[in-house]
Amino acid sequence: MNPAVLIASVYVFALAAFLGYQVISRVPPLLHTPLMSATNAISGISLIGSLVLAGSAHYPLGAHILGFVAVTTSTINVVGGFGLTDRMLKMFGKRKPDQKAVAK
Amino acid sequence: MTLTTYFMEATYLIASILFVFSLKGMSHPETARRGMFMAEAGMFAAIVGTLVGTHIVTWVWIIAGLAIGSILGAWMAIWVPMTAMPQRTALSHAFGALAAALVGVGEFIVHASEMSAVTRSALGFEVMLGALTTTGSLIACGKLQGIIHGKPIQFRGQNAVNLLVFLTMVSSFVYFCIHPEAVAVFYTMLGVAFVFGIMLVIPIGSADMPVVMSLLNSYAGLASAATGFVLQNNVLIIAGTLDGFSGFILSVLMCKAMNRSITNVLFGGFGAVVAEATSNAGGVMREISLDDAAMQLAFANRVVFVPGYGLATAQAQHAVRELAELLESRGVSVKYAIHPVAGRMPGHMNVLLAEANVPYSSLYEMEQINPEFPSTDVAVVIGANDVVNPDARDNPKSLIAGMPILEVDRAKSVIVLKRGQGRGFSGLENPLFFKSCTSMLYGDAKATLSHLAQAVQRV
Repeated sequence: MNPAVLIASVYVFALAAFLGYQVISRVPPLLHTPLMSATNAISGISLIGSLVLAGSAHYPLGAHILGFVAVTTSTINVVGGFGLTDRMLKMFGKRKPDQKAVAK
Repeated sequence: MTLTTYFMEATYLIASILFVFSLKGMSHPETARRGMFMAEAGMFAAIVGTLVGTHIVTWVWIIAGLAIGSILGAWMAIWVPMTAMPQRTALSHAFGALAAALVGVGEFIVHASEMSAVTRSALGFEVMLGALTTTGSLIACGKLQGIIHGKPIQFRGQNAVNLLVFLTMVSSFVYFCIHPEAVAVFYTMLGVAFVFGIMLVIPIGSADMPVVMSLLNSYAGLASAATGFVLQNNVLIIAGTLDGFSGFILSVLMCKAMNRSITNVLFGGFGAVVAEATSNAGGVMREISLDDAAMQLAFANRVVFVPGYGLATAQAQHAVRELAELLESRGVSVKYAIHPVAGRMPGHMNVLLAEANVPYSSLYEMEQINPEFPSTDVAVVIGANDVVNPDARDNPKSLIAGMPILEVDRAKSVIVLKRGQGRGFSGLENPLFFKSCTSMLYGDAKATLSHLAQAVQRV
């Protein structure tokens, strides 16, 4: 790896860490489970690494097979993760103002 | 650079920005869903960009993987019940980490000879972290699902063995970084990392799962970020880091909510400690009849429900909401008190109650609700134990001393729904159950709650 690229990558890492800390510490405990499920789906972005491994030219068969398994598991995470997160968030979206009025 | 490469890089940039925005949306339930759509769009763009921008020739494996993964993922998204969310999340950490580890091994097979030392160390980090998170998460998933016993598995000299395994793993990592040609060492590191993941999680009891889940979340994210370093791909670094930090923040919050350090959770083997009669039976547990309990609830002004893991195991979230609605229709004010580590993962109780249509505005965090307990007429504890144990506050010798609790013992009266007379998971005696204002209702939480609702209707 050439040093300039490495330094740029470290910058990206540090800034992402800082940004992540700022953004995620504002998430209320109410949404911690969907948060975990969502970040999990997002880190399923490793799918793009798996795609390259599974489909590139001149790679040995072993690499293709590893890539295939990785594509499968990360697709499960992406599809399942986003699907479940949405299902959970839909439940939090429901509000029942009429019920609250009775309570007060 | 060709045009398609520019296109691919552009989609990565867009994806990164959308990911950050989507997490920002998570700061409020109203905006969270919209945020997730952004993340989905970002993901889609990145995938299309990759397929267009890289020189893909073999489509068979890709299409097969995408198809199988989508089917299984969709099946999970639709059919997994909310009560099984902790297991599902643990499993998805395992999948994510496995993907990172496999990509690492694949890179090793293809490019090992041309890697610099820096890339190799990122690769080693990725594979090591990915492998140990995979097995660790699978063990956690097994414990949560009940396939593996939830009690900590411990043996003499465990920490010494773990240390040995850890040192073997790290030394093979270092050796691999210096000697790229040592193929056997690389695979040794991979194998030992798988073993270390198992060793790391088996001694941890189910009650500590919220911390373990958060830590594994963090590792899985960092493994993805390391993949980004190996592939020199910024969107991987960004998404992985966001995931890693989210897990890290959650671990810190969970540890704080138990007043314990991460080292203590990982190496303490908490649940195994046999109660050393800290503050023993200062009285008798008083049982109450359903009708008396219903009477108390029906004529109360303020009722607070305190759910714990028992609510999840009994699947009683709908029953509690029905009882609450009944009470509200009689003019009783009903609130729910949620302890940060109630259940088996961060936010577990909130999701369950939301599933049962409880509006999130009636869910209260510990700091908000604690000052309200003295003016609460009846606090109903449903399958929670350690999070309401007053010993944590009053008895400095207690094993859970200093852990912040929901102060239900300050309420005018307390009704505890409990499966049996046994102790909680930690094996600690809970003096709350022996207080004069406390009465016990034994039985399955779901059945008890629906019987209570019927009894309230008769009042």
